[in-house]
Amino acid sequence: MFIPSATIPERGMNANADLAQSHRALIGRIAEHRDKDAFAELFDWYAPRVKAMLVKQCGSSEMAEDIMQDVFLTVWLKAGQFASSKGAVSTWIFTIARNRRIDVFRKQSSWHYVGIGEMEFPDEAPESADVLLSGEQDSLVAQAAATLPEEMREVIHLAFVEEKSQSQIAGELGIPLGTVKSRTRRAFEKIKQQLEGVL
Amino acid sequence: MKIAHHPDTATLMAYAAGTLDEAFAVAVSCHLEVCDECRNSVRWAAALGGGFLCEETGTTPLSEGAFGRLLERISATSETPHTAPDRVSLAGDGVTRGTPRALSGYLDTDLELIRWKRIGPGVWQKPISLSPGASSSLRLLRIAPGRGVPEHGHGGQEITLILSGAYRDEIGYFGPGDVADLDEHVEHKPQVVSDEDCICLAATEKPTRFKGIAGRLLQPFVGI
Repeated sequence: MFIPSATIPERGMNANADLAQSHRALIGRIAEHRDKDAFAELFDWYAPRVKAMLVKQCGSSEMAEDIMQDVFLTVWLKAGQFASSKGAVSTWIFTIARNRRIDVFRKQSSWHYVGIGEMEFPDEAPESADVLLSGEQDSLVAQAAATLPEEMREVIHLAFVEEKSQSQIAGELGIPLGTVKSRTRRAFEKIKQQLEGVL
Repeated sequence: MKIAHHPDTATLMAYAAGTLDEAFAVAVSCHLEVCDECRNSVRWAAALGGGFLCEETGTTPLSEGAFGRLLERISATSETPHTAPDRVSLAGDGVTRGTPRALSGYLDTDLELIRWKRIGPGVWQKPISLSPGASSSLRLLRIAPGRGVPEHGHGGQEITLILSGAYRDEIGYFGPGDVADLDEHVEHKPQVVSDEDCICLAATEKPTRFKGIAGRLLQPFVGI
Protein backbone atom coordinates (compact mmCIF):
# COMPACT_ATOMS: atom_id res chain seq x y z
CA MET A 1 0.00 0.00 0.00
CA PHE A 2 1.13 3.47 -0.74
CA ILE A 3 1.11 5.61 2.35
CA PRO A 4 1.38 9.29 1.62
CA SER A 5 3.66 10.93 4.08
CA ALA A 6 4.67 14.31 2.72
CA THR A 7 5.47 16.27 5.80
CA ILE A 8 8.51 17.52 3.98
CA PRO A 9 7.77 21.15 3.35
CA GLU A 10 7.37 21.71 7.09
CA ARG A 11 11.05 21.85 7.53
CA GLY A 12 12.69 24.59 5.57
CA MET A 13 15.50 24.11 3.12
CA ASN A 14 17.94 25.52 5.61
CA ALA A 15 17.05 22.97 8.24
CA ASN A 16 17.61 20.20 5.68
CA ALA A 17 20.85 21.71 4.57
CA ASP A 18 22.01 22.07 8.18
CA LEU A 19 21.17 18.46 8.87
CA ALA A 20 23.07 17.30 5.81
CA GLN A 21 26.05 19.43 6.80
CA SER A 22 26.05 18.07 10.34
CA HIS A 23 25.98 14.51 8.97
CA ARG A 24 28.99 15.27 6.83
CA ALA A 25 30.76 16.69 9.86
CA LEU A 26 30.07 13.46 11.75
CA ILE A 27 31.53 11.44 8.88
CA GLY A 28 34.59 13.69 9.00
CA ARG A 29 35.09 12.98 12.71
CA ILE A 30 34.69 9.24 12.16
CA ALA A 31 37.11 9.32 9.26
CA GLU A 32 39.80 11.35 10.97
CA HIS A 33 39.57 10.38 14.62
CA ARG A 34 37.62 7.11 14.63
CA ASP A 35 35.28 9.09 16.84
CA LYS A 36 32.74 6.71 18.38
CA ASP A 37 30.55 9.51 19.74
CA ALA A 38 30.16 10.86 16.23
CA PHE A 39 29.43 7.35 15.03
CA ALA A 40 26.79 6.89 17.74
CA GLU A 41 25.13 10.14 16.74
CA LEU A 42 25.02 9.17 13.08
CA PHE A 43 23.76 5.70 14.04
CA ASP A 44 20.99 7.12 16.24
CA TRP A 45 19.72 9.20 13.38
CA TYR A 46 20.05 6.79 10.47
CA ALA A 47 19.76 3.28 11.93
CA PRO A 48 16.00 3.43 12.74
CA ARG A 49 15.38 4.83 9.25
CA VAL A 50 17.51 2.23 7.52
CA LYS A 51 15.77 -0.46 9.53
CA ALA A 52 12.33 0.94 8.66
CA MET A 53 13.21 0.88 4.97
CA LEU A 54 14.57 -2.65 5.20
CA VAL A 55 11.55 -3.93 7.12
CA LYS A 56 9.36 -2.72 4.26
CA GLN A 57 11.59 -4.48 1.79
CA CYS A 58 12.40 -7.73 3.60
CA GLY A 59 9.22 -8.14 5.58
CA SER A 60 11.23 -9.47 8.51
CA SER A 61 12.35 -7.38 11.45
CA GLU A 62 15.25 -9.70 12.30
CA MET A 63 16.60 -9.71 8.79
CA ALA A 64 16.22 -5.93 8.59
CA GLU A 65 18.17 -5.55 11.83
CA ASP A 66 20.94 -7.86 10.59
CA ILE A 67 21.31 -6.00 7.32
CA MET A 68 21.20 -2.67 9.17
CA GLN A 69 24.11 -3.87 11.33
CA ASP A 70 26.09 -4.78 8.21
CA VAL A 71 25.33 -1.36 6.74
CA PHE A 72 26.78 0.47 9.73
CA LEU A 73 29.83 -1.76 9.88
CA THR A 74 30.45 -0.66 6.30
CA VAL A 75 29.83 2.98 7.25
CA TRP A 76 32.47 2.67 9.97
CA LEU A 77 34.99 0.96 7.71
CA LYS A 78 34.50 3.17 4.69
CA ALA A 79 33.92 6.57 6.27
CA GLY A 80 37.48 7.60 5.41
CA GLN A 81 36.94 6.69 1.85
CA PHE A 82 33.63 8.47 1.63
CA ALA A 83 34.93 11.61 3.36
CA SER A 84 37.12 12.33 0.35
CA SER A 85 34.22 12.16 -2.06
CA LYS A 86 31.65 14.87 -2.52
CA GLY A 87 28.41 12.98 -2.19
CA ALA A 88 25.72 13.37 0.42
CA VAL A 89 25.71 11.09 3.46
CA SER A 90 22.07 10.09 2.99
CA THR A 91 22.72 9.03 -0.61
CA TRP A 92 25.77 7.06 0.49
CA ILE A 93 23.92 5.22 3.25
CA PHE A 94 20.95 4.55 0.98
CA THR A 95 23.32 3.03 -1.57
CA ILE A 96 25.10 0.84 1.00
CA ALA A 97 21.77 -0.43 2.31
CA ARG A 98 20.51 -1.12 -1.19
CA ASN A 99 23.66 -3.01 -2.19
CA ARG A 100 23.72 -4.99 1.04
CA ARG A 101 20.09 -6.00 0.64
CA ILE A 102 20.74 -7.18 -2.92
CA ASP A 103 23.82 -9.09 -1.74
CA VAL A 104 21.99 -10.81 1.10
CA PHE A 105 19.14 -11.88 -1.14
CA ARG A 106 21.50 -13.26 -3.75
CA LYS A 107 23.56 -15.08 -1.15
CA GLN A 108 20.43 -16.70 0.18
CA SER A 109 20.16 -18.22 -3.23
CA SER A 110 23.69 -19.56 -2.72
CA TRP A 111 25.42 -17.80 -5.57
CA HIS A 112 28.55 -15.90 -4.79
CA TYR A 113 27.68 -12.45 -5.88
CA VAL A 114 30.16 -9.87 -7.01
CA GLY A 115 28.92 -6.45 -6.03
CA ILE A 116 27.04 -4.42 -8.51
CA GLY A 117 27.03 -0.68 -8.28
CA GLU A 118 30.37 -0.29 -6.58
CA MET A 119 31.41 2.22 -9.14
CA GLU A 120 28.89 4.75 -8.03
CA PHE A 121 31.25 6.57 -5.76
CA PRO A 122 34.44 6.89 -7.69
CA ASP A 123 36.77 9.40 -6.09
CA GLU A 124 36.64 11.75 -9.00
CA ALA A 125 33.04 12.65 -9.48
CA PRO A 126 31.99 14.09 -12.80
CA GLU A 127 31.59 17.84 -12.63
CA SER A 128 27.84 18.03 -12.96
CA ALA A 129 27.46 15.53 -10.13
CA ASP A 130 29.61 17.82 -7.96
CA VAL A 131 27.22 20.62 -8.60
CA LEU A 132 24.21 18.62 -7.60
CA LEU A 133 25.41 16.45 -4.81
CA SER A 134 28.07 18.43 -3.07
CA GLY A 135 27.23 18.50 0.59
CA GLU A 136 23.68 19.37 1.45
CA GLN A 137 21.93 19.47 -1.88
CA ASP A 138 20.51 15.98 -1.83
CA SER A 139 17.81 17.09 0.54
CA LEU A 140 16.62 19.40 -2.21
CA VAL A 141 16.03 16.34 -4.33
CA ALA A 142 13.60 14.97 -1.76
CA GLN A 143 11.89 18.33 -1.51
CA ALA A 144 11.54 18.46 -5.26
CA ALA A 145 10.09 14.95 -5.13
CA ALA A 146 7.52 16.11 -2.62
CA THR A 147 6.16 18.62 -5.13
CA LEU A 148 5.60 16.04 -7.87
CA PRO A 149 2.06 15.25 -8.96
CA GLU A 150 0.73 12.45 -6.78
CA GLU A 151 0.66 9.85 -9.56
CA MET A 152 4.37 10.33 -10.22
CA ARG A 153 5.33 10.53 -6.58
CA GLU A 154 3.53 7.30 -5.93
CA VAL A 155 5.53 5.27 -8.45
CA ILE A 156 8.90 6.54 -7.30
CA HIS A 157 7.98 6.14 -3.65
CA LEU A 158 7.05 2.51 -4.30
CA ALA A 159 10.32 1.97 -6.17
CA PHE A 160 12.71 3.66 -3.76
CA VAL A 161 11.13 3.12 -0.36
CA GLU A 162 9.47 -0.23 -0.89
CA GLU A 163 11.87 -1.48 -3.54
CA LYS A 164 9.13 -2.68 -5.82
CA SER A 165 10.01 -3.50 -9.39
CA GLN A 166 8.24 -1.61 -12.15
CA SER A 167 6.13 -4.65 -13.03
CA GLN A 168 5.17 -5.12 -9.36
CA ILE A 169 4.15 -1.46 -9.22
CA ALA A 170 2.08 -1.89 -12.36
CA GLY A 171 0.35 -4.89 -10.81
CA GLU A 172 -0.25 -3.17 -7.52
CA LEU A 173 -1.70 -0.02 -9.04
CA GLY A 174 -3.52 -1.87 -11.80
CA ILE A 175 -1.90 0.19 -14.57
CA PRO A 176 0.15 -0.88 -17.60
CA LEU A 177 3.90 -1.28 -17.19
CA GLY A 178 4.41 1.37 -19.87
CA THR A 179 2.53 3.86 -17.70
CA VAL A 180 4.76 3.12 -14.71
CA LYS A 181 7.79 3.71 -16.92
CA SER A 182 6.50 6.94 -18.41
CA ARG A 183 5.58 8.31 -14.95
CA THR A 184 9.04 7.38 -13.72
CA ARG A 185 10.67 9.13 -16.67
CA ARG A 186 8.56 12.24 -16.23
CA ALA A 187 9.24 12.33 -12.49
CA PHE A 188 12.97 12.20 -13.15
CA GLU A 189 12.81 14.95 -15.76
CA LYS A 190 10.65 17.18 -13.56
CA ILE A 191 12.98 16.86 -10.58
CA LYS A 192 15.96 17.55 -12.77
CA GLN A 193 14.34 20.62 -14.29
CA GLN A 194 13.31 21.96 -10.94
CA LEU A 195 16.75 21.58 -9.45
CA GLU A 196 18.50 23.08 -12.41
CA GLY A 197 16.54 26.21 -11.61
CA VAL A 198 17.63 26.20 -7.97
CA LEU A 199 21.25 25.15 -8.19
CA MET B 1 33.80 6.61 -29.62
CA LYS B 2 30.90 8.53 -28.19
CA ILE B 3 28.01 6.54 -26.80
CA ALA B 4 24.83 7.23 -28.76
CA HIS B 5 22.35 4.82 -27.20
CA HIS B 6 21.65 4.68 -23.48
CA PRO B 7 19.32 2.75 -21.17
CA ASP B 8 15.86 4.21 -20.72
CA THR B 9 15.63 6.72 -17.84
CA ALA B 10 13.08 4.44 -16.20
CA THR B 11 15.65 1.63 -16.33
CA LEU B 12 18.30 3.84 -14.70
CA MET B 13 15.84 4.81 -11.97
CA ALA B 14 15.08 1.13 -11.30
CA TYR B 15 18.81 0.43 -11.21
CA ALA B 16 19.31 3.16 -8.61
CA ALA B 17 16.41 1.87 -6.55
CA GLY B 18 17.91 -1.62 -6.68
CA THR B 19 14.87 -3.21 -8.28
CA LEU B 20 16.25 -4.39 -11.62
CA ASP B 21 16.53 -8.12 -11.92
CA GLU B 22 20.07 -9.49 -11.92
CA ALA B 23 20.74 -9.83 -15.67
CA PHE B 24 19.57 -6.27 -16.33
CA ALA B 25 21.50 -4.91 -13.36
CA VAL B 26 24.70 -6.50 -14.68
CA ALA B 27 24.15 -5.13 -18.19
CA VAL B 28 23.37 -1.63 -16.90
CA SER B 29 26.36 -1.77 -14.55
CA CYS B 30 28.65 -2.61 -17.48
CA HIS B 31 27.26 0.37 -19.38
CA LEU B 32 27.76 2.69 -16.39
CA GLU B 33 31.42 1.75 -16.33
CA VAL B 34 31.85 3.54 -19.63
CA CYS B 35 29.14 6.22 -19.52
CA ASP B 36 29.52 9.39 -17.44
CA GLU B 37 26.12 10.64 -18.44
CA CYS B 38 24.21 7.63 -17.14
CA ARG B 39 26.39 7.40 -14.04
CA ASN B 40 25.28 10.94 -13.35
CA SER B 41 21.64 10.08 -13.80
CA VAL B 42 22.02 7.16 -11.41
CA ARG B 43 23.58 9.50 -8.84
CA TRP B 44 20.61 11.81 -9.15
CA ALA B 45 18.27 8.91 -8.67
CA ALA B 46 20.25 7.56 -5.71
CA ALA B 47 20.03 11.00 -4.12
CA LEU B 48 16.30 10.63 -4.41
CA GLY B 49 16.60 7.38 -2.46
CA GLY B 50 18.75 9.15 0.12
CA GLY B 51 16.18 11.92 0.42
CA PHE B 52 13.37 9.44 0.89
CA LEU B 53 15.43 7.61 3.50
CA CYS B 54 15.76 10.82 5.50
CA GLU B 55 12.33 12.26 5.02
CA GLU B 56 9.75 9.64 4.22
CA THR B 57 10.69 6.19 5.34
CA GLY B 58 9.84 6.75 8.99
CA THR B 59 11.65 4.97 11.78
CA THR B 60 11.48 1.51 13.28
CA PRO B 61 12.74 0.98 16.84
CA LEU B 62 15.97 -0.98 17.03
CA SER B 63 16.40 -4.06 19.14
CA GLU B 64 17.81 -3.60 22.62
CA GLY B 65 21.57 -2.98 22.66
CA ALA B 66 21.88 -2.70 18.87
CA PHE B 67 24.67 -0.13 18.98
CA GLY B 68 26.61 -2.12 21.58
CA ARG B 69 26.51 -5.19 19.36
CA LEU B 70 27.70 -3.13 16.42
CA LEU B 71 30.69 -1.87 18.45
CA GLU B 72 31.49 -5.46 19.38
CA ARG B 73 31.49 -6.44 15.73
CA ILE B 74 33.73 -3.50 14.96
CA SER B 75 36.30 -4.53 17.55
CA ALA B 76 36.07 -8.14 16.39
CA THR B 77 36.51 -7.46 12.69
CA SER B 78 39.87 -8.03 11.13
CA GLU B 79 39.09 -5.56 8.40
CA THR B 80 40.83 -2.23 8.82
CA PRO B 81 39.14 1.02 7.89
CA HIS B 82 39.54 1.98 4.27
CA THR B 83 41.22 5.31 3.91
CA ALA B 84 42.11 5.53 0.24
CA PRO B 85 39.30 5.36 -2.27
CA ASP B 86 38.89 2.08 -4.12
CA ARG B 87 40.43 2.90 -7.44
CA VAL B 88 37.92 2.18 -10.08
CA SER B 89 39.07 2.68 -13.61
CA LEU B 90 36.24 4.22 -15.50
CA ALA B 91 36.73 4.90 -19.12
CA GLY B 92 33.83 7.26 -19.66
CA ASP B 93 34.50 7.43 -23.35
CA GLY B 94 32.54 4.48 -24.54
CA VAL B 95 35.63 2.37 -24.95
CA THR B 96 35.32 -0.94 -23.21
CA ARG B 97 38.70 -2.08 -22.00
CA GLY B 98 38.79 -5.80 -21.65
CA THR B 99 36.08 -7.46 -19.59
CA PRO B 100 33.72 -5.06 -17.79
CA ARG B 101 34.16 -5.27 -14.03
CA ALA B 102 30.54 -6.04 -13.35
CA LEU B 103 30.73 -8.98 -15.75
CA SER B 104 34.12 -10.38 -14.79
CA GLY B 105 32.81 -11.87 -11.55
CA TYR B 106 30.41 -13.99 -13.54
CA LEU B 107 32.97 -15.36 -15.96
CA ASP B 108 35.64 -17.89 -15.18
CA THR B 109 37.90 -16.45 -17.84
CA ASP B 110 38.64 -13.28 -19.77
CA LEU B 111 36.37 -12.24 -22.57
CA GLU B 112 38.99 -13.18 -25.17
CA LEU B 113 39.29 -16.71 -23.84
CA ILE B 114 35.64 -17.62 -23.72
CA ARG B 115 34.60 -20.99 -25.09
CA TRP B 116 31.78 -20.12 -27.42
CA LYS B 117 29.05 -22.47 -28.41
CA ARG B 118 27.95 -22.22 -32.02
CA ILE B 119 24.22 -21.85 -32.29
CA GLY B 120 23.83 -21.12 -35.97
CA PRO B 121 25.80 -19.92 -39.00
CA GLY B 122 28.04 -17.12 -37.77
CA VAL B 123 26.35 -16.94 -34.37
CA TRP B 124 27.82 -18.12 -31.08
CA GLN B 125 26.73 -17.73 -27.51
CA LYS B 126 27.90 -18.13 -23.95
CA PRO B 127 25.14 -18.35 -21.34
CA ILE B 128 26.01 -16.74 -18.02
CA SER B 129 24.84 -18.31 -14.78
CA LEU B 130 22.98 -16.03 -12.41
CA SER B 131 21.56 -16.57 -8.94
CA PRO B 132 18.99 -19.38 -8.93
CA GLY B 133 16.33 -16.87 -7.93
CA ALA B 134 16.91 -14.62 -10.93
CA SER B 135 13.92 -14.14 -13.19
CA SER B 136 16.02 -12.87 -16.06
CA SER B 137 18.72 -14.47 -18.13
CA LEU B 138 22.05 -13.22 -19.35
CA ARG B 139 24.20 -14.32 -22.25
CA LEU B 140 27.07 -13.19 -24.38
CA LEU B 141 26.48 -13.31 -28.10
CA ARG B 142 29.11 -13.28 -30.80
CA ILE B 143 27.97 -12.59 -34.32
CA ALA B 144 30.14 -12.68 -37.43
CA PRO B 145 30.44 -9.69 -39.82
CA GLY B 146 27.50 -9.45 -42.19
CA ARG B 147 25.44 -11.83 -40.12
CA GLY B 148 22.23 -11.00 -38.39
CA VAL B 149 20.25 -12.33 -35.52
CA PRO B 150 16.90 -13.68 -36.74
CA GLU B 151 14.11 -11.16 -36.34
CA HIS B 152 12.35 -11.64 -33.09
CA GLY B 153 9.61 -10.11 -31.03
CA HIS B 154 10.34 -9.55 -27.40
CA GLY B 155 8.53 -11.32 -24.64
CA GLY B 156 9.48 -8.56 -22.25
CA GLN B 157 12.26 -6.09 -21.66
CA GLU B 158 15.56 -6.83 -23.36
CA ILE B 159 18.80 -4.95 -22.81
CA THR B 160 21.71 -5.47 -25.17
CA LEU B 161 25.10 -3.91 -24.53
CA ILE B 162 27.67 -3.87 -27.31
CA LEU B 163 31.11 -4.85 -26.05
CA SER B 164 32.96 -4.90 -29.36
CA GLY B 165 32.17 -4.63 -33.03
CA ALA B 166 28.98 -2.97 -34.17
CA TYR B 167 25.57 -3.69 -35.57
CA ARG B 168 22.89 -1.71 -37.29
CA ASP B 169 19.15 -2.19 -37.06
CA GLU B 170 15.96 -0.21 -37.62
CA ILE B 171 16.85 2.02 -34.67
CA GLY B 172 20.37 2.93 -35.73
CA TYR B 173 24.05 2.12 -35.41
CA PHE B 174 25.20 0.43 -32.20
CA GLY B 175 28.89 0.41 -31.32
CA PRO B 176 30.89 -0.40 -28.18
CA GLY B 177 29.21 0.92 -25.03
CA ASP B 178 25.87 1.46 -26.73
CA VAL B 179 22.80 -0.07 -25.17
CA ALA B 180 19.58 -1.16 -26.84
CA ASP B 181 16.93 -1.03 -24.12
CA LEU B 182 13.84 -2.43 -25.77
CA ASP B 183 10.43 -3.33 -24.54
CA GLU B 184 8.12 -6.00 -25.86
CA HIS B 185 6.64 -3.74 -28.51
CA VAL B 186 9.86 -3.33 -30.44
CA GLU B 187 10.91 -5.72 -33.14
CA HIS B 188 14.30 -5.31 -34.71
CA LYS B 189 16.68 -7.12 -36.97
CA PRO B 190 20.29 -6.31 -36.14
CA GLN B 191 22.94 -6.89 -38.78
CA VAL B 192 26.61 -6.83 -37.87
CA VAL B 193 28.35 -4.06 -39.81
CA SER B 194 31.84 -4.13 -38.25
CA ASP B 195 34.81 -5.92 -39.84
CA GLU B 196 35.27 -7.89 -36.64
CA ASP B 197 32.78 -10.09 -34.84
CA CYS B 198 30.25 -8.21 -32.77
CA ILE B 199 30.22 -9.29 -29.14
CA CYS B 200 27.30 -8.20 -27.03
CA LEU B 201 25.83 -8.88 -23.64
CA ALA B 202 22.13 -9.58 -23.75
CA ALA B 203 19.79 -9.53 -20.75
CA THR B 204 16.31 -10.84 -21.35
CA GLU B 205 13.26 -11.28 -19.27
CA LYS B 206 11.30 -14.04 -20.89
CA PRO B 207 11.96 -16.52 -23.66
CA THR B 208 12.49 -14.71 -26.92
CA ARG B 209 10.17 -15.70 -29.72
CA PHE B 210 12.06 -16.07 -32.96
CA LYS B 211 10.18 -15.59 -36.15
CA GLY B 212 10.50 -17.21 -39.53
CA ILE B 213 11.66 -20.70 -40.44
CA ALA B 214 15.33 -20.06 -39.75
CA GLY B 215 14.34 -18.64 -36.41
CA ARG B 216 12.15 -21.57 -35.55
CA LEU B 217 14.98 -23.93 -36.40
CA LEU B 218 17.42 -21.88 -34.42
CA GLN B 219 15.38 -21.47 -31.29
CA PRO B 220 15.93 -24.90 -29.72
CA PHE B 221 19.68 -24.38 -30.01
CA VAL B 222 19.70 -20.83 -28.80
CA GLY B 223 17.50 -21.64 -25.89
CA ILE B 224 16.47 -18.04 -25.53
